[in-house]
Amino acid sequence: MTPEPVGIKRELMKGNVAICAGAITAGCRFYYGYPITPQNDIPEYLSAHLPAIGGTFLQAESEVATINYILGTSASGKRVMTSSSGPGISLMQEGLSYMAGSELPAVIVNISRSGPGLGGIAPSQGDYFQATKCGGHGGYRMPVLAPHSVQEMYSLTMLAFDLADKYRNPVMILGDAVIGQMKEPFVPTPYVSTVPEEKPWSLTGCAGRPRRIIKSLHLKDDEIEAHNWKLHRKYMTMREEEVRYEPTHLEGAGIVIVAFGTAARISKTAIQWARAEGLPVGMLRPVTLFPFPSREVDEAVSRADAVLVIEMNTGQMLEDVLISTRHHDKIRFLGKPCAIPTPEEILQEIRSLAGEIGVKAGNVR
Amino acid sequence: MKNKAKEKFTKQVFSRPRSLVDVSTHYCPGCHHGIAHRILAETIDHFDLREKTIGVAPVGCAVLMYDYFDVDFVEAPHGRAPAVATGVKRAQPDRFVFTYQGDGDLAAIGTSEIIHAANRGENLTVLFINNTTYGMTGGQMAPTTMLGQKTSTSPYGRDYRNDGYPIRIAEMLATLEGTAFSARVATSTPAQIRKAKEAVKKAFDMQIREMGFSIVEILSTCPTNWGMKPLDAQKRVLGEISGYYPLGVYKERKQADFA
Amino acid sequence: MPRTAPLPKGRIEIDFERCKACELCIPACPKNCIEMGTGTNRQGFAATVFARPGDCTGCAVCAECCPDVCIRVWR
Repeated sequence: MTPEPVGIKRELMKGNVAICAGAITAGCRFYYGYPITPQNDIPEYLSAHLPAIGGTFLQAESEVATINYILGTSASGKRVMTSSSGPGISLMQEGLSYMAGSELPAVIVNISRSGPGLGGIAPSQGDYFQATKCGGHGGYRMPVLAPHSVQEMYSLTMLAFDLADKYRNPVMILGDAVIGQMKEPFVPTPYVSTVPEEKPWSLTGCAGRPRRIIKSLHLKDDEIEAHNWKLHRKYMTMREEEVRYEPTHLEGAGIVIVAFGTAARISKTAIQWARAEGLPVGMLRPVTLFPFPSREVDEAVSRADAVLVIEMNTGQMLEDVLISTRHHDKIRFLGKPCAIPTPEEILQEIRSLAGEIGVKAGNVR
Repeated sequence: MKNKAKEKFTKQVFSRPRSLVDVSTHYCPGCHHGIAHRILAETIDHFDLREKTIGVAPVGCAVLMYDYFDVDFVEAPHGRAPAVATGVKRAQPDRFVFTYQGDGDLAAIGTSEIIHAANRGENLTVLFINNTTYGMTGGQMAPTTMLGQKTSTSPYGRDYRNDGYPIRIAEMLATLEGTAFSARVATSTPAQIRKAKEAVKKAFDMQIREMGFSIVEILSTCPTNWGMKPLDAQKRVLGEISGYYPLGVYKERKQADFA
Repeated sequence: MPRTAPLPKGRIEIDFERCKACELCIPACPKNCIEMGTGTNRQGFAATVFARPGDCTGCAVCAECCPDVCIRVWR
């Protein structure tokens, strides 16, 4: 499944639109959604571009309806995507639980805004818990990918479709208003499929075969327990095989920043400035928030003198960092809920951390 | 003489429809789900649609209906069947897609989904089983519960001052442009059963001819939760219930009048 | 010998084990051919029986009224 590449020359594109480009390139021809700030670029772009290439765009009456259209199209064996922000993603939780239980693939994009409740339209990383622990009922998981650039908005979307089909599971792209709205150049690389196109479980009408049933209800004795263990094994496989992260100057770093998405992007600038001052700081940026790079975080924490977790919330990924390692005493936190940290703020935090642990400027370890 | 008589009756005039799986159902004795299921299966067979059909199952007593029909089925969350069906039909427009929903599913939690599927004129066929109660969960009040009707959550009888009035779905959906066919039938007499089947056939035909959304509301009994014997429950349908929910065709599009 | 009653024009078979004894078929039959049985099937129901086959016309109304599709009809 390799459709025409979008083009190999660099393009300037808004993050939200790069998601659309990634989806179309990966062969997605079905999109359903509901307007919500700050992701309206996505339905607006696809409402024009999908019908033009024979695809289907339908604006739903609510996010509740949206996730159920998604369920039906996924059950039919087609690649399908939706996008929303916090309040809409909350409405989708029931449908996501059903899809996880029924083992149906789809790509769900959350361009996070402020919360809780109506919150605001300022960017935040406050949906980490909802995304990674899964806000729907029943105890399921789904891969969560956290882009930090327009390039990743494109490439991680293509990866998301493959992961969804590989595991027969919803997959989430967790972006935020900054990356969604920013414009920067990226290279629209061709899509190379890593999964078979055939979906032998899909509902197409039972001509020439026994009927198929897609459901999540298991009433017979022991059936639901066995089903939960089966799903659990799937999630354990994800933990073994799908961890993705980006190290930045991690080798020999005395201070390690752990951050994702926009917080990581801004940290890169602060790290550049700090290293120019001789401070030995690096970063481990999880790309998959689930499965979380626990082993890699533990290794980095073990070797570091101090770890600074930076998030645009009051401490969510922080808990996964704490679960991943015994060295809690080394861990510090810089939180900016519903606000964008500046590189200056982060640099200041790095400096005071360096002072605290007695690493003098120039004494790079 | 008996032998001659047996030899004479060689033409089978009634048998289980092909699309109805030969198993015992979990429905209560006298529950009209069984009659509605048979009519549905016969209609699938009549139009030779079994291998092209995808059914969308509700949450309610009919949650297990995928065990009773030999067609592909997807389970929908409570009330969301019209949205799931939309997702299936948009992905595979040449397949036959139906939903089958109860009072709570369609008229309470699913009102948004059913209204918008009808409004969009989705080429779907909906069977709506109205038995004025929430059957599966033990007989609670439904939006279709009659005034004064005692249920497990309206023990003093439904009072409009607290709970509003029963809602008439067939009439309401008939007001939408996207609705091609909306009818209310019952299955409490042999004549009604035959008329119900004709309505279901019409509803199927609308989808086949891509005329838009069709719904057949079927007044049904719930002997267990009404606390009545099946035959007495039918009398309630014929009397009190039909009085408030009149039988009839509320909309029938005669020709496709949009591109 | 002159006939005293018309011959049956049809016959039915009731699936004894599937019947839930809901009784809907009994008043449905225009010729009153069916009644509640005295035996109990494996589900625990006193299934209906084809008590008066002599009057059956094969109209199939009983079969159409049966929610469990227990009845087959021949003419």
